[in-house]
Amino acid sequence: MEVLLALIVGALTTGGIYLALRARTFPLVLGLTLLSYAVNLFLFAMGRLTVGQPPVIVSGAPGYADPVPQALVLTAIVISFAMTAFVIVLALKARAEMGNDHVDGLHRP
Amino acid sequence: MNHWVIAPVLWPWLAGILLLLGRGSLAWQRGVSIAAVAGQLGLALVLAAEVSGGSILVYTLGNWSAPFGIVLVADRLAAWMLVVTALLAPFALLYALRGDDAAGAHFHILFQLQLFGLNGAFLTGDLFNLFVFFEILLMASYGLLLHGSGRKRTRAGLHFVTINLIGSTLFLFAAGTLYGVLGTLNLADLALKVAAAPPENAPLVRVAGLLLFSVFALKAALLPFYLWLPDAYANASGSVAALFAIMTKVGAYSILRIDTLLFGPNAGLAAELLEPWLLPMAMATLLIGVVGALASLRLRQQVAYLVVASVGSLLIAFGLGSVSGIAAGLYYLPHTTFAAAALFLLADSITRRRSDQADRLDPGPTMASAGVLGGLFFIAAVAVAGLPPLSGFLGKFLTLRAALAHPWWPWLMAIILSGGLISLIALARTGSLLFYRAVPPENPVTPEAPSALARELAPSLGLLLLVAGLTVAAGPLAQGTQAAASQLLQPQYYIQAVLKPGGTP
Repeated sequence: MEVLLALIVGALTTGGIYLALRARTFPLVLGLTLLSYAVNLFLFAMGRLTVGQPPVIVSGAPGYADPVPQALVLTAIVISFAMTAFVIVLALKARAEMGNDHVDGLHRP
Repeated sequence: MNHWVIAPVLWPWLAGILLLLGRGSLAWQRGVSIAAVAGQLGLALVLAAEVSGGSILVYTLGNWSAPFGIVLVADRLAAWMLVVTALLAPFALLYALRGDDAAGAHFHILFQLQLFGLNGAFLTGDLFNLFVFFEILLMASYGLLLHGSGRKRTRAGLHFVTINLIGSTLFLFAAGTLYGVLGTLNLADLALKVAAAPPENAPLVRVAGLLLFSVFALKAALLPFYLWLPDAYANASGSVAALFAIMTKVGAYSILRIDTLLFGPNAGLAAELLEPWLLPMAMATLLIGVVGALASLRLRQQVAYLVVASVGSLLIAFGLGSVSGIAAGLYYLPHTTFAAAALFLLADSITRRRSDQADRLDPGPTMASAGVLGGLFFIAAVAVAGLPPLSGFLGKFLTLRAALAHPWWPWLMAIILSGGLISLIALARTGSLLFYRAVPPENPVTPEAPSALARELAPSLGLLLLVAGLTVAAGPLAQGTQAAASQLLQPQYYIQAVLKPGGTP
């Protein structure tokens, strides 16, 4: 399970960085979104991967799922969600004001 | 528990909410905003007086003891940063009241939320909480940067938002790695766990630490990461650019905090982690900043590059790592913040008076009130370039004196002094282009009403008076920064103060 999750985080990060380096705003927004997905999964895994464990310590249970990373992920999701919405509006505004969707406002057909 | 600690965080937040309630009326917004920044100055001064004796005040939110709950920690450094922010804010706000704030609906709300984020970032004692406050101040800064709109501003805003979002992602990766390896996010607890990290975890801790450093270097605009700054600052409105003068200092503050607390000399396998990077990067930043200032074609771009150079000087002082070096940097920090803010405000006033040339550095017709503006520009330039008699000179002198103890002292001397010389040349060229080489206008300039002029220039004059105040009070202030620096270099007191109630120091 760890290997699979690591591969997913890696793939998302790679895709995110590649798209964030594109010169058009739409791939850029997608890239930032993929990066935030990657970091959310990464944070989630930092509490160690457990299945079927109680979220806080219960007497008799063999272990517990660390609740702190889940709280962190929740905060990070809220922030990245808001930021994605903001960047989309900003990208639309830039498209309208500069007449094209190049990040520098340079039209290259 | 001392409730003054949380007051500087709650105050601007409550003011922001109050402003949201009355967002229809500009007069109401202005009144509340002025009252809020005045009150904030009072709170910052009270907190500074509380910690001036050397005590470290800890506020446990919800009374959850550290390291389980989030703590706010007020030490001398945090109080110093709060006072600097609270002194800068009224002048930026006063300048905005001339009309910048009417260009969009939510200027005052964003302004207060920016202060909320700044104060929180200075006070928090928790790494993830620091991330959250960074996000708050960044979100407010996105809104402020785009305030008033315009094609160039939108473009600069897009770049600024993107680079900061990537920075936030890196911050989360770093915080996540530290939590995964060490199992805590409380800064004091992290300091203990970093020092006690077993050898097999050391590489991960070091990677996370350097990742954290690069995030803060991005916010502080150190050399490879400074590229976002000139465009963003040069295209923001005058009052916003003046407020942003403190934003790079948040990065510098965070670097200083993690460098002394987490990766100090006693940090086990991660000791002196930032040492090989901080000083060379700061030196290169100073050089690239002044070269950029020399090459600038626009006034506001030049001021923005001078901000980059000042971050370089500041982090050279911090990078020395000694009490005298950090103390010199802490004395230089308010100076460079106020001087850069004054120069941004003056640049905005000058730009308004040069209709065709705007802020391009070409000779143009004599602007209205050139004498007064030229005089203020001269004083601000003297302050920014670090010439005597103002506090910039004292700050640089203290840095140079501290640098003598460092093995690289010839290089440090050469870079700091030539940096000062190049910025002097750049500003002298700008001043002569703007004020001496001006051609007589076709239509005689109509003199401006003295009252309107006084209202426009009062904020920049006020900031320059603060610089003069820093110069006059240099003795006691330098002693204060000395005390703050020696407190920083004894992190055991910070750790003890945070973890003592029920912790494991």
